[in-house]
Amino acid sequence: MDTTITLHVDGAEHTLTVDTRTTLLDALRDRLGVTSPKKGCDHGQCGSCTVLLGDRRILACLALAVAHDGARVTTAAGLAPDGELHPLARAMVDHDGFQCGYCTPGQVCSAVGMLAEAEAGWPSHATRDLTAATELDDAEIRERMSGNLCRCGAYPNIVAAIREVSR
Amino acid sequence: MTATAPGNPATPVSQPPAADEPMARIEGRAKVTGTAPYAYEHPTTEPLYLHPVLSTVARGRVTAVHTGDAEQLDGVRAVLTSKNAPRLADTSDLEFAVLQSDEVTFHGQIVAAVAADSPETAREAAALVRVDYEERPHDVILRSDHQDLYTPGEAVAGAAPDSHQGDTDTALARSVVLVDQTYRTPREYNNPMEPHSTVAFWETLPERLTLYDSTQGAHTVRATMATVFGLPEENVRVIAPHVGGGFGSKGAAKAHNVLVGLAARALPGRTVKLALTRRHMFSLTGYRPPTIQRIRLGADTEGRLEALVHDVTELTSRTKEYAEMSGLSSRMMYAAPDRTTSHRLTALDVPVPFWMRAPGEAPGMFALESAMDELAVACGVDPVELRVRNDPGADPQTGRPWSGRHLVQCLREGAERFGWQGRDPVPGHHRDGAWLVGTGVASAVYPRLTSPGSAAEIEYGADGRYTVSIGAADIGTGAWTVLTQISAEALGCPVDRVTLRIGDSDLPRATVAGGSSGTSSWGTAVHAAARAFRGEHGADPRPGARTRAEAPENPDLERYAMYSFGAHFAEVRVHADTGEVRVPRMLGVYSVGRVINPRTARSQLVGGMVMGLSMALHEQGVVDPRFGNVVNGDLAGYHVAANADVGEVEAHWLEESDPHLNPMGAAGVGEIGIVGTAAAIANAAHHATGVRVRELPLTPDRFLR
Repeated sequence: MDTTITLHVDGAEHTLTVDTRTTLLDALRDRLGVTSPKKGCDHGQCGSCTVLLGDRRILACLALAVAHDGARVTTAAGLAPDGELHPLARAMVDHDGFQCGYCTPGQVCSAVGMLAEAEAGWPSHATRDLTAATELDDAEIRERMSGNLCRCGAYPNIVAAIREVSR
Repeated sequence: MTATAPGNPATPVSQPPAADEPMARIEGRAKVTGTAPYAYEHPTTEPLYLHPVLSTVARGRVTAVHTGDAEQLDGVRAVLTSKNAPRLADTSDLEFAVLQSDEVTFHGQIVAAVAADSPETAREAAALVRVDYEERPHDVILRSDHQDLYTPGEAVAGAAPDSHQGDTDTALARSVVLVDQTYRTPREYNNPMEPHSTVAFWETLPERLTLYDSTQGAHTVRATMATVFGLPEENVRVIAPHVGGGFGSKGAAKAHNVLVGLAARALPGRTVKLALTRRHMFSLTGYRPPTIQRIRLGADTEGRLEALVHDVTELTSRTKEYAEMSGLSSRMMYAAPDRTTSHRLTALDVPVPFWMRAPGEAPGMFALESAMDELAVACGVDPVELRVRNDPGADPQTGRPWSGRHLVQCLREGAERFGWQGRDPVPGHHRDGAWLVGTGVASAVYPRLTSPGSAAEIEYGADGRYTVSIGAADIGTGAWTVLTQISAEALGCPVDRVTLRIGDSDLPRATVAGGSSGTSSWGTAVHAAARAFRGEHGADPRPGARTRAEAPENPDLERYAMYSFGAHFAEVRVHADTGEVRVPRMLGVYSVGRVINPRTARSQLVGGMVMGLSMALHEQGVVDPRFGNVVNGDLAGYHVAANADVGEVEAHWLEESDPHLNPMGAAGVGEIGIVGTAAAIANAAHHATGVRVRELPLTPDRFLR
């Protein structure tokens, strides 16, 4: 069954017809040609497809496109105006927070969403004092970024990049 | 070689640009925004989506494929089976003989495929295809006492399968201190983040096949596809500008490449896209085969080795032979006068094993370096000192001089940086609350390989830029950046005067990005082309000047034993109640020749150590003997190290250059970081707990008594 929906992706409005089984990830990649979010597992197990829905990070492979009619989606390609880099993306380049680059757009979106969560006082498994303001030490960053796998093993540099931006 | 100044490439200056600069990746902006195109992402018009159907038995024959339900779905364009798929020109390699017969030789083999207008339709239709089998008994479990063990041929092994020096039986009988233990490593999967993906387009008149492929070697895939489909190589083009990791698994064509070629040929005029799912990858894209390794060490009371025996038992597949050469390092690592190594295989009804990061060395050095730790404990000698005492002055296997063996320096510097001095050797002595704390060390080694057969072309443009072309692949290694730096250095111009072109089989031939050989092999070709270019066109070339050259042979390859070395140190904490293992700190010191681009080199070394940690603690493909499938075939069941699994990781290296290796003096660094890492961690876990784990991975149950 097909349904027509509207998606706002990186500031551009798209009206498209999707199979109701189409994931948000496939709608972006296969229908709209927005390939910044990657497909690494299609199961919600790797985080490569992380995008921002509003300012919250979500896994686009576990979201159905038809359930997001009218949604505002930001990918790593749309985090900053054309020609500029978001500070987190800049820090990832400066710290060599990636190698093959396939998980990277997901890492960047996830980190941006994670920083907003920490700013809002959301705790994590690594949070010791639930009543105090969140301090993003390395253990917090590692815990909060563990939904985004990187097989190249760039984690130490990813943590360094996020640490720099969080301060 | 003359150098040139920024802004005027024709003016020589005294200071050549350094490839030693920690230049940021030139494709960095594209990668952090997600705009660097990977194989599946190249723009196409109205493509077809391909979804394979995999066998559900490990051995047998397909007796019927019921395609009716699938074919009735709107949008299905073809259901390919062995009955209707185009015939291949060459089916001698059974891995590539896709849909050419009804034989099933492993669970998860391609037995059909659906091409449809949308990915959802292709997937649904694939699920509607029903396959009947005549099942035959299968054997999928490696055992050391298997009755069909055999010795692999040298052609498959890439080296003599056995080695004998001296009389190890007598030496072992004489030795005062003996270690005789068996170590096991499980089936391990590369799991690059980008699943193997291929986009294919078949043209007729003349017949021509174009692939956008996720591969470590565009020319390698081109050669296979040309052979299998009976096309001249020049009529096949493979394009791969960005590759989302490979770690060996994309080092050759795989069955899915052939499948997408078959579909494109059956449906000419339509582009066919195939992205394997993560689950597909567990039977179609290779894996490190499990190993059983018996090691016997004989030594005097001071820990000096008198005999070293390393006997390896592994599996291969009945579909295609593959030999993981886990015992090679034991032939050259230490100065035991009497040494024996052997490799035995048994061919089972399993998917085809293949390269995974440091094939051979990674499992082999887990075994050898665990045994060395056991010897250190048995002799009461410090494990660093034990390795120093057994450092050979020349290659014990060939007698050749080392082009540079600096293992001892790596061990000494690593011990200093890690704070090894004053370590209490007694296991289980250090406790921090509920955590038992220990430290461990292991050596690393990897051959300094250079593959023959790469070529490069240099052209000078009217815009004052040099375009350097070579069909190399950047799978995350930093080749885009490092080859740009090497080109600038070889030409004597600034890096911003170089435009690099890689990742296309229409460019000059490049060898595969494997065996840590890329920088050496491709860099040698670039240097040769630069030398030839300057010889032909001088320091002030006219626009349009162009030269192509092949990498020359290096006579020193036969004169010297060329290896990189390293020392891995790890701190491990094991929870006394739960057995949970954590690795808060890892440190490696390496001898890898000259380091080109410290930024990308460090990332590769750290990445190798992280994968070694993952190998030590997490990775195990669990095979169900009843069906021959991997039961944990996704990233939830097959855990690879996540961010929170990894603590502090430091990589350092010695300042050196290998004058015998290549014009750069630099060895590749993609693999050595994973070699010995798991042993360092297992040795540290023993130091923490007193429990010696000889089988990977170090899951909590191993520490609960």
